[in-house]
Amino acid sequence: MINISEVLETNKMIEREHLDVRTITMGISLIDCADADLAACCRKIHDKIYRLAKDLVQTGEDISRQFGIPIVNKRISVTPISIVGSACCKTSDDYVAICQTLDQVAEEVGVNFIGGYSAIVSKGMTQNDKLLIRSIPKALSTTDRICSSVVVGSTKTGINMDAVTLMGEIIKETAEETSDCDSLGCAKLVVLCNAPDDNPFMAGAFHGVSETDAVINVGVSGPGVVKHALQQMDERRLADFELLCETIKRTAFKITRVGQLVAQEAAKRLKVPFGIIDLSLAPTPAIGDSVADILKCIGVEQPGAPGTTAALALLNDQVKKGGVMASSYVGGLSGAFIPVSEDQGMIEAVEAGALSIEKLEAMTCVCSVGLDMIAIPGTTSAHTISGIIADESAIGMVNQKTTAVRIIPVVGKAVGDTVEFGGLLGHAPVMAVNPFACSRFVARGGRIPAPIHSFKN
Amino acid sequence: MYFSRLIVTLQKKQDMNNQRAIITVVGKDAIGIIAKVCTYLADSSINILDISQTIVQNFFNMMMIVDLSKTEKSFGQLVDELKAVGTDAGVQIKCQLEAIFDKMHRI
Repeated sequence: MINISEVLETNKMIEREHLDVRTITMGISLIDCADADLAACCRKIHDKIYRLAKDLVQTGEDISRQFGIPIVNKRISVTPISIVGSACCKTSDDYVAICQTLDQVAEEVGVNFIGGYSAIVSKGMTQNDKLLIRSIPKALSTTDRICSSVVVGSTKTGINMDAVTLMGEIIKETAEETSDCDSLGCAKLVVLCNAPDDNPFMAGAFHGVSETDAVINVGVSGPGVVKHALQQMDERRLADFELLCETIKRTAFKITRVGQLVAQEAAKRLKVPFGIIDLSLAPTPAIGDSVADILKCIGVEQPGAPGTTAALALLNDQVKKGGVMASSYVGGLSGAFIPVSEDQGMIEAVEAGALSIEKLEAMTCVCSVGLDMIAIPGTTSAHTISGIIADESAIGMVNQKTTAVRIIPVVGKAVGDTVEFGGLLGHAPVMAVNPFACSRFVARGGRIPAPIHSFKN
Repeated sequence: MYFSRLIVTLQKKQDMNNQRAIITVVGKDAIGIIAKVCTYLADSSINILDISQTIVQNFFNMMMIVDLSKTEKSFGQLVDELKAVGTDAGVQIKCQLEAIFDKMHRI
């Protein structure tokens, strides 16, 4: 039988250390909503999402109340819209119409984001993929709850440099279109390499074509719990790496078990199969809910100091090792997130001059995703942004991991300024970008071949 | 027929597990806290299966394992009413399904 110290430990994690379930994301396949008529396609999309997800938010709130655990977000991911709209969309504006339908149904069912306004173009772009990508700036500036992602590469296919070049321009255009709110549109747009089909976290969530009709994926969190456990571990004397790893693993196990419980309950109550748990340490701007603070506990003065990459590698690996045993299905991104604007400790490190984009890039080799929520000067050229995307994709492609770029070239802001996104997106100091050009590199066109170690057949 | 009955029995067993909750009371120690909570539980037809308590740094911590199978009240109502009982007594009272603790601390 459960004893009092265990009960108090769990409740302390929830009340004082920000333990929460970050998101319940319902993946919904929209492939059967394709129609040659745009209006019919929009209607089918609306009806299917509404039918499957109308109880999602209420169910999430019920579970949260009954178990006493906060469930921060309830969200939906859908089949990449470039595929769904390929029969009926003849122009970019047709895609925008689908986007607005998604936005409307998101509001009706009460979710804060729908992800999947996406195109998967890791090897080549169809005409429809191009139409969707070109529609992104308008789509994101005329909607509130849509997240968009474009997959430009994978270990198996190499990197589609034509798409990388195009995405540099699209990110700039999106920043311009949403310049009245600090280029917020770019915070809802991510460029990925090796994107998983079952990621529950925005902005890169979409419901892959390998998935079933509807599925429940859950993203857990809890950097504050790990930080607290490490502080307690070091109270008497500085622990060695063995004890450090053991402590992170145990904590990750406990966090993930809560996610597993919530996922199973949600799946049962919504009568939708359980998909995966994403074992991620996802920070929020709240004090104490920070991955940067964990790195400091492990022993670096500020994230960015020498040793940071090794500390992050260790953290990422132990989170996975602890989490894997706690859940029957693990998937998504699973690891530590290192967004800048969403993590108070990262913001402080940038402000202290400890952390640069180059160091963040190195850290993405060993963390779960990539350059995330980084504000850069609005004058940064499209080619430079494409260069950053190409670098990040190359890291993902060669290391057989997911990488992503979500950077915000904030119109009218320069290095040293601060950008306020609000809510979970937080605020960010504008960071310096290497001023040297890469135009000749990104202008070549074509694709970078898959690396030699991808040929495993 | 046999199988459907078996499934119903298993389902019931699962629901029974879902009907056990943990009530925690945390706050400054004072006279009559346990009495107030117990009176409320008795009035709501909730059976107490186990009680343990400890005092940490002058803070009163109590945990009760209770059986909700006989109560007619909804879980949400219990949470709200217990919270109100706690506010009256100057302590914090939470009611959570047992599964969250079981999952986290038992393999």
